[in-house]
Amino acid sequence: MIPPTFDYLVPATLPEAIALLHEHGDEAKVLAGGHSLIPAMRLRFAEPSHLIDISHIPGLDYVREEGGFLKIGTMAREVVLEDLPWISERYPLLVDTTKMIADPQVRNLATVGGNLAHGDPANDHPATMLAYRAEIEITGASGARIVPIDEFFTDFFTTALEHGEILTEIRIPIPPSRSGGCYLKVERKVGDYAAAAVAVQLSLAADGSIEQAGIGLTNVAALPTRAVDAENALRGQQPSDALFAQAGQLAADASSPADDLRGSAEYKLTLIRELIQRALRRSVERAQGRS
Amino acid sequence: MIMCKTSKEIGGMGHSLKRKEDARFIRGLGKYTDDVQLPGMLYMDIARSPFAYAKIKSIDKSAAMEIPGVLAVITGEDLKQYNLHWMPTLMSDTQMVLPTDTVMYQAQEVAAVIATDRYIAADAVQALENSIEYEQMKPLIDPHKALDADAPLLRPDKEGRTDNHIWHWQTGDQEATEQAFDEADVVVKEQVYIPRIHVASIETCGCVASYEKAEGKLTVWMTTQAPHAIRTVIALVAGHVGLSEERIRVISPDIGGGFGGKVPVYPGYVIAIAASFLIGKPVKWIEDRSENLQADSFARDYHMTVELASTKEGKMTGLRIKTLADHGYTDAAANPSKFPSGLFSIVTGSYDIPTAFTEMDAVYTNKPPGGVAYRCSFRVTEAVHAIERITDVLAQKLGRDPADLRFQNFIQKDQFPYRSALGWEYDSGDYAPALRKAMDMVGYEELRKEQAEKRARGELMGIGISSFTEIVGAGPSKDFDILGIKMFDSAEVRIHPTGKAIARFGTKSQGQGHETTYAQILAEELGIPAMHIQIEEGDTDTAPYGLGTYASRSTPTAGAAAAKAAHKIRDKARKIAAYLLEVSEEDLEWEPGKFFVKGAPERSKTIQDIAFAAYTNHPQGMEAGLEATHYYDPPNLTFPFGSYICVMDIDPKTAEMKIRRFVAIDDCGNIINPMIVTGQIHGGLAMGIAPAMYEELIYDDDGNILNGTFMDYLLPTSVETPNWETGHTITPSPHHPLGAKGVAESPTVGAPPAVANAVVDALSHLGVTHVDIPVTPFKVWKILKEKGVIS
Repeated sequence: MIPPTFDYLVPATLPEAIALLHEHGDEAKVLAGGHSLIPAMRLRFAEPSHLIDISHIPGLDYVREEGGFLKIGTMAREVVLEDLPWISERYPLLVDTTKMIADPQVRNLATVGGNLAHGDPANDHPATMLAYRAEIEITGASGARIVPIDEFFTDFFTTALEHGEILTEIRIPIPPSRSGGCYLKVERKVGDYAAAAVAVQLSLAADGSIEQAGIGLTNVAALPTRAVDAENALRGQQPSDALFAQAGQLAADASSPADDLRGSAEYKLTLIRELIQRALRRSVERAQGRS
Repeated sequence: MIMCKTSKEIGGMGHSLKRKEDARFIRGLGKYTDDVQLPGMLYMDIARSPFAYAKIKSIDKSAAMEIPGVLAVITGEDLKQYNLHWMPTLMSDTQMVLPTDTVMYQAQEVAAVIATDRYIAADAVQALENSIEYEQMKPLIDPHKALDADAPLLRPDKEGRTDNHIWHWQTGDQEATEQAFDEADVVVKEQVYIPRIHVASIETCGCVASYEKAEGKLTVWMTTQAPHAIRTVIALVAGHVGLSEERIRVISPDIGGGFGGKVPVYPGYVIAIAASFLIGKPVKWIEDRSENLQADSFARDYHMTVELASTKEGKMTGLRIKTLADHGYTDAAANPSKFPSGLFSIVTGSYDIPTAFTEMDAVYTNKPPGGVAYRCSFRVTEAVHAIERITDVLAQKLGRDPADLRFQNFIQKDQFPYRSALGWEYDSGDYAPALRKAMDMVGYEELRKEQAEKRARGELMGIGISSFTEIVGAGPSKDFDILGIKMFDSAEVRIHPTGKAIARFGTKSQGQGHETTYAQILAEELGIPAMHIQIEEGDTDTAPYGLGTYASRSTPTAGAAAAKAAHKIRDKARKIAAYLLEVSEEDLEWEPGKFFVKGAPERSKTIQDIAFAAYTNHPQGMEAGLEATHYYDPPNLTFPFGSYICVMDIDPKTAEMKIRRFVAIDDCGNIINPMIVTGQIHGGLAMGIAPAMYEELIYDDDGNILNGTFMDYLLPTSVETPNWETGHTITPSPHHPLGAKGVAESPTVGAPPAVANAVVDALSHLGVTHVDIPVTPFKVWKILKEKGVIS
C-alpha cells in the first residue's frame, strides 16, 4: 500500500495547470481531493508519474447561483454542500447525495468535480447530475467548453475529458418552484459503494401533475445510467402509487447490473424498483413542500 | 449495586477511575512499534504469492537488487542454510518462514527485501514479484473436499501423512449421548457455519529487530500479546545460531489492539530477526493493511452439525456436535497445547444438559493458517453460537417462547459449583436473574405483542436472545500450558519509601486498561492511591515471566497475582506496624491504607508510614524494603455469563436490516472498574455484531481472496452500531481472590447468536429455522424471495 515514486506539482493558476498537463503527457494526473486517486495509487493500480495538485489554485471552490444555474467550482469540497443552509433548502437531492458519500473525514477533502471526473459508475454524484440535467464545464488550452451531462460519461471509467483538459465547473439548472428531489441508496455499510442507488429530481405543474422528471441510477451498469423511459412515463401524469410502480419497473429495465459481493443482479433490480417508488414519493412530498 | 471498600482518593475496586493510559493515547502520544526509530535502521518488505497453490520455478533477485538502496533479497533457500525456513506453530505443527519450493495460499510470504528506505523496499518488492516464476496447481479450497481421494496432498513434508486430516478430537460420553438421542421425544438438527473472519486491529503487526553483534544481544520491539513466551520461543528456535535466552529482550510497547491476532509468531518477525542478525543493523518490518487482512492468521471457520435432544416438555436431554475445522495449510491456532479445539467443550452453555458428545476433525486447505482466538476465549464463540442457535431451533420446533425454554433449562443457582456433561466445573452462576433483567429492560412481553401485530401487517421484526456462559482465565497448571509453559501469570510489586509503588506484570495490555485496573487492585489491597501506582508490562528484561494477555485471562490470573503479592506485602507491613506501635501483630486490624490497634483506632500507622519505616526504621533482623512477587496458578477457570436481547427490524421490500435495540446484561463477578467494563462491553458488542452481520473472508474456487481490502471486508462503524443498553448482575467467583472474572470477550461471544436469533425470529413464521452469519440483506432478500414475500 505504498505508491511508487511520483513528482508532485502545484500550479498557481488554471492555465499553468493545463500547461503542466500538456508538458507531462499521459502519465500526469490531476489531483483534487485525492480520495479516488490516492487509494488507487497506494494499491499501485494507478502509477502516474506526475500529480498536478489544483487545490492551491484560487477561485475554484465556489458554490453560487448565477445566470439560471447553481454553479459548483471544481474544487468545492463535499462538506461545503452539507453545510450551506440554502443548498439544503433548494437542492435536497444534492445534499442527500453528498451525505451518502463515504464518511465525514472523506467529505472534508473530496470534491464534487473529482467524483464526476473519475468516471466511476459506482460514484454517487453522476446519477444525481443526470437527474438534475446538469452541464459540465471543461477547460483546456484553447478555453472552456460546455458538455451536457448526457454526453459526459462515455465509457467505463471514461469521460468526455480529453488529455490536457480539466473539469472546471458543474452547472445545475436552478429548479423551478414546486420542485423536489431525493437520493436513496442501499449500501452494505456506511461508506460503501451502492448496491443500488437512485437519484430523482422532479417539478410539479400547478395542477399537481409531474411536469419534469429526471432519474439517474448508480452502480447498475458500466456507465452512470439515466432512466429515460421512466422519466417519460412520469411526465404529464398525476402522481400515484401505480405510476411510481411503473416507473420503478422502467428504471429496472434500464439497468444492467452485475452479480458481485453486494448481491445478485436480480437483487439489485428489486432494489431499483423499490427505491424508485420511495424516491418518487418523497420527491413529490418535497415538491409539495410537505417535507 | 457495586460497593466500594476504599475512598475515591484511594480508588480501589468499584471506582470508575479514568484510565491512566489515556493521557497519552488520546493525545496521540502512545509509543507503538512503528514509532521506534534507531540509527542506521533498515526496512523490510515482503513479496507475496499471487496464487493459492503453486510451485516456485525461479526467483530472480537481480531486478530488485539493482534498485539503489536495496541491500538484500532473502528467500527460503537463504534461510534454509540456517535451518530457519520452517518454524513450529503453537499447536506443534510447522509453518514456512519462507518457502523453498511451494506456496500454499494467496498472499503467502515468498521472499523479503531489505532496503534503506520503506519506499525503496516497496519498489523492490514490486520488481521482485515480477521476477518470480510459478507453476500453478489446482488448490484445495473447500474443506469438505479435503479428504476426497482426488484431493491434492497438501503437506507431503509431514512424514507418514497420507491425507489432509490434521487431527480428530472428541469429548463427552458418546454412548450415553447416542442413547439420549434414541430415547428423545424431540430432536432438532442444523448445519451451522461460523465463517472465517479477520482480526482487524487498528495497528497492524510488525517489529523492529536489533541485533548488536559486539554484545551478541538481540532486542525486538514487536506487536505481541505474549512477550515472555516469544522470548522463549526465539531462544528455542534460534538457539542453534547462538541466540541464548539471557541475550534476548522482547519489548512489547503500546499495542493498537490485539484480540488474539498478535499471539502467533508470523514469518515476518522471524525474517526481520534473521536479517538483523545477519546484517548487524536494526531492521523494521511493519505490515500494511492489505497484508494484515490477507495473510495473517484468521479466526473461526467451523462447519458444525448441531443436534439437540429434548423431552416433549422441552427438557434438554442431550447435545451432539460434529465439526469440520478448516485450518488453512497449517494448524497455527493459538490454543492451550492440550486443547486443539480450544475450550469449545463449554458448548453445553448455560443449560443443565445431562449428556453431550462433541467431535471435530481438522483439515488442511490452501488458505492462510490459523485460527487464532479472536476475542473468543479459545473457540467459545463457536460453542456459544451452536448452543444458543440450536436452543432457539428447539423452541421453534416445540412452539415455545425462547426465553421460557431457557428458564426451564438453566443450570439452577443451587447447582453450583456445577459439573458439566463435558467435564468443566462451573465456579458460580445465577442465570435466570440476568435474563429476567434483560427482558425487563427491553420490555419483552410488549415487544412480542408488537411483533404479532406487525406480522399481521406484513412487517418483519425479530427478537433474539442469547444467554451465554463464558469460560476464561486459562489456566490451572494441571491442564493448561502453551508449548509446555504453564499458564500461570505474575505480579511483582515494590513499595517506594514515600509510599508510592511500581508493579510489573507478565501480561500485556493492548487497550484493556491494565495500567488502571491493576493499580486499582493494588489500591484495594494496600490502600495506596491507584494514581500513585505505576504499572509496567511488556519488557522481558524487567517484568516477571508470564504468558501474556488474551482469552480474558489477565484479571483471572495476573489480577489475582497482584492481590496475592499485595497480601504478602501486607503481611510484612503488619510486622513493621506492630514494631512501630509496640504491640503484637495479633493486636492490629487492617483497613484500606492503615493498621490500627484493636480497640484504640487512634493508634495507627498508615501504609505510607510503614513503607518509609521499611527503608528507614525496620525491625532488627528483618530484611529492608517492601516488595513481593507472586506467580498465580488459578485453581479453576472463571465462568462469566450474561443475557443479551437484540431487536431487529427488517425492511420487507429491500431486506435492509436495522438493530433497533440491543440490551446486554453481563455478570463478570466483582467489578474492578465499572467504566472500563462498560467500555469493554461496548467494544465487544460492536465486534459481536460485526461477524453476525458484516464480516467474512471470502475465497473463490481458485483460492483468490475476494474481499482483501476494507472496501469489501466490512467492518461496522458507529453508524451501524446501535445504542447499547447495558447492565449487570454480580455473582462473584468463589475461588478468585477478588471474586472477579474475566469480561472482555463475553460480548463478542454472546452477541452474534442474539443477532442471528433475532433475524431467524423475524422470519420464523415463514418456516425459516436457521440463517448462517453474516446475515446480510442479500441473504435475507434471497429467503424473502424464495418464500414469496418479495416478488
